[in-house]
Amino acid sequence: MDILRFITAGSVDDGKSTLIGRLLYDSKSILADQLAAIEKQSKNKDKGEIDLAILTDGLRAEREQGITIDVAYKYFSTPKRKFIIADAPGHIQYTRNMVTGASNSDLVVILIDARKGVIEQTKRHSIIASLLALPHVVVAINKMDLVNYDEKVYNQIVTDYKNIQEQLGIKNPRFIPISALSGENIVDPSANMKWYKGGTLITILENVELKNDINLTDARFPVQYVIRPQTDDLHDYRGYAGKLTSGILKVGDKISVLPAGHKSTIKLIEKDGKPVDEAFAPQSVIVHLADEIDISRGDVIVREGNEPTVTQDIEVLLCWMDAKAMEVGSKYLIQHNNKQIRCAVKGIEYKLDVNTLEKQTSVAAAQLNDVCKVTLKTARPIAVDSYAKLRTNGGAVLIDETSYVTVGACIIQ
Amino acid sequence: MSKYYLDYLEQLESEAIHIMREVAGQFEKPALLFSGGKDSITLVRLAEKAFRPGKFPFPLVHIDTGHNFREALDYRDNMVKQMGEKLIVRYVEDTIKEKKLAEPKGKFASRNALQTYTLLDTIEEFGFDACIGGARRDEEKARAKERIFSVRDEFGSWDPKLQRPELWNIYNGKIHKGENVRCFPISNWTELDVWNYIKKENIPLPSIYFAHERECVVTNQNQLIAVSDFIQIEPSDKIVKKKVRYRTVGDMTCTAAVESDASTIDDIVKEIAISRLSERGETRIDDQVSEAAMEDRKKGGYF
Ligand SMILES: Nc1nc2c(ncn2[C@@H]2O[C@H](COP(=O)(O)OP(=O)(O)OP(=O)(O)O)[C@@H](O)[C@H]2O)c(=O)[nH]1
Ligand SMILES: [Mg+2]
Repeated sequence: MDILRFITAGSVDDGKSTLIGRLLYDSKSILADQLAAIEKQSKNKDKGEIDLAILTDGLRAEREQGITIDVAYKYFSTPKRKFIIADAPGHIQYTRNMVTGASNSDLVVILIDARKGVIEQTKRHSIIASLLALPHVVVAINKMDLVNYDEKVYNQIVTDYKNIQEQLGIKNPRFIPISALSGENIVDPSANMKWYKGGTLITILENVELKNDINLTDARFPVQYVIRPQTDDLHDYRGYAGKLTSGILKVGDKISVLPAGHKSTIKLIEKDGKPVDEAFAPQSVIVHLADEIDISRGDVIVREGNEPTVTQDIEVLLCWMDAKAMEVGSKYLIQHNNKQIRCAVKGIEYKLDVNTLEKQTSVAAAQLNDVCKVTLKTARPIAVDSYAKLRTNGGAVLIDETSYVTVGACIIQ
Repeated sequence: MSKYYLDYLEQLESEAIHIMREVAGQFEKPALLFSGGKDSITLVRLAEKAFRPGKFPFPLVHIDTGHNFREALDYRDNMVKQMGEKLIVRYVEDTIKEKKLAEPKGKFASRNALQTYTLLDTIEEFGFDACIGGARRDEEKARAKERIFSVRDEFGSWDPKLQRPELWNIYNGKIHKGENVRCFPISNWTELDVWNYIKKENIPLPSIYFAHERECVVTNQNQLIAVSDFIQIEPSDKIVKKKVRYRTVGDMTCTAAVESDASTIDDIVKEIAISRLSERGETRIDDQVSEAAMEDRKKGGYF
């Protein structure tokens, strides 16, 4: 069985949490005691209505305000597949949490309220999904019950979205009309929308192709930890522990260690304490090299001839996630995989206006939730790929040097 | 199927090993909180996969409430002896005496809340900057919200409204002196995943996880609490002898047994797969006190 990680997105109150609740409810994945608890808390329980959003709105402040603040993770499975769901907040103030949930997702369900159509937050979340290069996008037009299940309303929103999808950077989205509240086209087909000929949401989720999402071509092995037991019987043991983020490594492969560029050959690969001939992404293994060279945490082992760029100047698309603005000249820590080094902001090429989708130039600072193209200079060279080429080696975060909070998400160009 | 394919358990395992190694790589003084339950036993197996043939780069730490199952303690001591790793035990009993804390009263009086004091004192005593725990997001709705690296202030508090963004597999463990990070390698595992992993890896467990005869008090909610010296038994109590097993191992005072004939891991996996009750709902009596019980405890420094 495989795992599909997906996230719900869209503006506040578009019905994301209700949709997750409905998906779990209709697929019989809510356990009896959990159901009893949400029934008890539902405001309209006298009318026999249960508020399915409560299932994911797990914090007191969320239940009191009826909004989602931070991502909730839910787990369920069908005979076909396991699912890890991230229920994201729609509120603009908590966009950073949506970014958190989206970064690890294979698929996003962008909800649109049928009464409101495409609005600013729909675009913002679509842009984030496209920046993070989520392989699959489903646009769900929700609350169809409130527009009399009108096909015309649905078609208009689909057209509106298609008109801007290229600017948003979204490729091949699938569209689906739903009602999260009444459970139509989620697990069971809708009797009120016979005009819709596509599958239900769950069939889409069960059938999207995931295989091609793992890169097995470009071997990247960031060293996390050096294992040196230094006991009598393991005196010379020196193993490099890490997770292969992409590609395949084989015993005998000629490799480079970056950023320094030392060359060697793979002598041994261990998995679960046993030697193996090869390892592939995303396995965690221990690699041994033929030569004694200086390698430490933060270095990356790659195959000779297929190497990332080693540079101190990187161009990134940046989601700024802190209330304190980012200015040209500011210094941060940048963390790329497990390497943390200092960096400075050299320039802001443009800022993306989320509403008009225009690029504004001559911008001096990035404010909370801005998306900008930025150039950074790192204190020492780092080995990066472009995110478009290799999602697992093309992302980095900026960390504030005094608060140590993660303040920016970098998509390396 | 391509030979370059990891099934879901292998994916989860690799993710957990990666997280463990990040803890080892980023922190000066990490610790692994070991309770003797199946989740922390799973963590130990993952730590072996992450660090062998080396030693663990952290000690195991057990906060002993004094209300443990004997079987779990025996398992712990035996395991540590066989593995040759370091175990630190700190006792809630001692904290109660030192701080002159009031023992909780009542029939199934639980020291679960007091455990936090001992935990925070232990973190301070050894200067731990990271504690690895076996919490899973599927356990409880506040846990469903927590990051894999969960930064706590010097009082151990969790601020759910101000969590750091955590992107991709990049874990930012940078903290100020006095703060610490709780790290959860099996965040994305479900209860069934843990059982399937235990089965696949053939991991031995304390005997109380398997069906056995036990004398229990029947609570008002019809839960079964083992007869022990730690609970008050009154003449009016209904005491039954049943074939039971434990789905979780917590304190004897607040962990309910479930009726079961499951005597092998296979039987247990089958039972869990069709169970209509959640792990906590069925077995923990301390979570039912209030809707936000777990959230509040976490804000107070609990795991
Ligand atoms: N009529 C109708 N109401 C819906 C539907 N889906 C959701 N709602 C209602 O819309 C309101 C908001 O739903 P939520 O699921 O909390 O919205 P959300 O998108 O999770 O909101 P945030 O997480 O705060 O961004 C609730 O009152 C729901 O009952 C639907 O399909 N039809
Ligand atoms: Mg919500």
